Amino acid sequence: MRVSSHSRNLVPQAISNSADSEKRSEGSVELEHVSCRFGSFRAIEDLSLTIRAGEFFSILGPSGCGKTTILRMISGFIDPSAGTIRIGGEDVRGKRANQRPTSLIFQNLALFPLMRVWENVAFGLEMRRVPRSIRRKRAEELLALVDLVGAEEKMVSQLSGGQRQRVAIARALAVEPSVMLLDEPLSALDLKLRQHMRAELRSIQKRTGVTFIYITHDQSEALAMSDRVAVMNKGRMLQVAPPHEIYHNPSSGFVAKFVGETNVIEGKLVRIADGFGTVESPLGQHRARVSHNVQGESVALYVRPEHVDVSRQRQGDNAIEARLQDVSFEGSFALVKAVTAHGHVFLVATDNKDLQRLPSNTENVYLHFDEQQAFLLQSDREQCIT
Amino acid sequence: MLIILPNIALIESSFRPYLPLNEIDGPRDSYTLANYQRFLSTPVGFDIFGMSIDVPIHLRIFITTVLYSILVTAIILIIGYPAAYYMTKTISPSNMALFFIVLTVPMWVSEILRSFAWFTILSFKGPLNALLIEMGVIDSEIRWIRGYNGIVIGLVYTYMLFMVFPLYSSMQSLDKNQIEAAQDLGASWWRTHWRVIVPHCKPGIVSGCVMVFMLSAGSLLVPSLLGSPNSLWFTQTIQQLMLEALDWNTGAAYSLLFLLLCTFVVAGMMWAFKVKLSNITN
Repeated sequence: MRVSSHSRNLVPQAISNSADSEKRSEGSVELEHVSCRFGSFRAIEDLSLTIRAGEFFSILGPSGCGKTTILRMISGFIDPSAGTIRIGGEDVRGKRANQRPTSLIFQNLALFPLMRVWENVAFGLEMRRVPRSIRRKRAEELLALVDLVGAEEKMVSQLSGGQRQRVAIARALAVEPSVMLLDEPLSALDLKLRQHMRAELRSIQKRTGVTFIYITHDQSEALAMSDRVAVMNKGRMLQVAPPHEIYHNPSSGFVAKFVGETNVIEGKLVRIADGFGTVESPLGQHRARVSHNVQGESVALYVRPEHVDVSRQRQGDNAIEARLQDVSFEGSFALVKAVTAHGHVFLVATDNKDLQRLPSNTENVYLHFDEQQAFLLQSDREQCIT
Repeated sequence: MLIILPNIALIESSFRPYLPLNEIDGPRDSYTLANYQRFLSTPVGFDIFGMSIDVPIHLRIFITTVLYSILVTAIILIIGYPAAYYMTKTISPSNMALFFIVLTVPMWVSEILRSFAWFTILSFKGPLNALLIEMGVIDSEIRWIRGYNGIVIGLVYTYMLFMVFPLYSSMQSLDKNQIEAAQDLGASWWRTHWRVIVPHCKPGIVSGCVMVFMLSAGSLLVPSLLGSPNSLWFTQTIQQLMLEALDWNTGAAYSLLFLLLCTFVVAGMMWAFKVKLSNITN
């Protein structure tokens, strides 16, 4: 079935898995050398990014890094100061928000409190002058899709947080957008519901095949749901890659520290050979993988807590002498805090089963890590502070 | 007590005939509806909506008063809504205080002075005509204060803020994301207003309209100063009865009727626009 963006038909297109190529190419988003300034403040600096059609793409970054600005530029609420934005290959410059094939889900959802649930869902269709009976039918289908059968006549205020979330999703899907833009829509929900909605969002995205651009400052959310993740800071893209790549092979210290916990050893680069580098620091010499370009002498070695082991005896080269200070029980694992003689704190994640076998905190222990699992990056001390 | 007692006295005296001083509390001083019947006496020809019917003169004055008050309310709403929207949208919070002062400064001047100012501005050889002639908009002077024109202009000016403030405060409580959500879902500028902003502002619109309508209908000063020889406002009739004819009894009856009928008009309008009383209070 052919669906053009102008004469969107009302058959539950979004529900039936629309894998047809037309729809797929509609959903790509390209940003080319986009900048956005507010007065003298540079929110976005020369940013280029391609989001593939049908992709679940997350933009991850601390608050104030420009994520929301990107979303608002794509949806048409802000005009970029420079650069081009293309949606489905078409330059959308000069097109206002109500003319773009995008749907935005707001952080506070922005449901219309004076309308019934079904009217909320059908609002986009109402604006497209679809007759009332068809609107109603379509709203019921969409509410079924988000598992809210029977809520049609309710007022928004009668719904729970999770249900409102679903109404917002249904409302956004009703206009059959090529691109869905989500601005931290789960941040107001409690943890349990948030985890549930994550899975829900992912499955809705899979079923509809619509491109999702998801904004969050919660790294676990981004890692759990996305096909690809972009990490941003201060208006610039630092890395765009699949979640495992972001986690295991970050391109910069900021990404390494922002996504997941990590231990850092700052030091001097002694030598590089066969893709491995050696760092010299007050803690000794340690080897780690080098997969991104390293320039200069000042480097930092990163290793994730789950890749560090604790033992009484020194084994191999990559060892650090330390003393156990604190164990915090995290449920499925335990986080052990170890301090070296220099006062350097290391985090070690251990299996609960190993907890009993941990040395007591009076004796000295050795922390080990595999050189394959640690990575060297250029030191970015300035960025560490921020 | 000081508010209720005079009103009770007013209601009481409205049912008693207007008698010479020596006959008060005499045998002819009994309760009667004669004062109210007078409202429906003395029919005169009245042209309304192209029809000519015989209507009691005081009823005719009442109807014109209500119609012109509705006109004033409508004009104020049409001007006030965009003004309030502009205020919410473009004025930053830091400038808001200054803006409010600028808006309210005219209120510091007595209503009488403001009405006299308009009288001067609108007069035949006044500054407005001079300015328009200077600018070449008109060739010869226009008689602004003619029929009900002067009254409408004066009332629109005097009661504008009573519409703008409730509208402003209800608009400010609207989440801006809702406007953007509507636009994002394809709503045009006009439809965003009609489906999202106006429903949200309904309480503000209603309370503004009720206030402006009641104040306009009950205004005495503006019609007295800016009225023309052939304009009559119902409050002026009451004033004539009370102060010039010294017929306090009929005046009291008319005041009461006026209050009741205006309340009916407001209630009827609210019913027509599907507004509940609770909409105004919250």
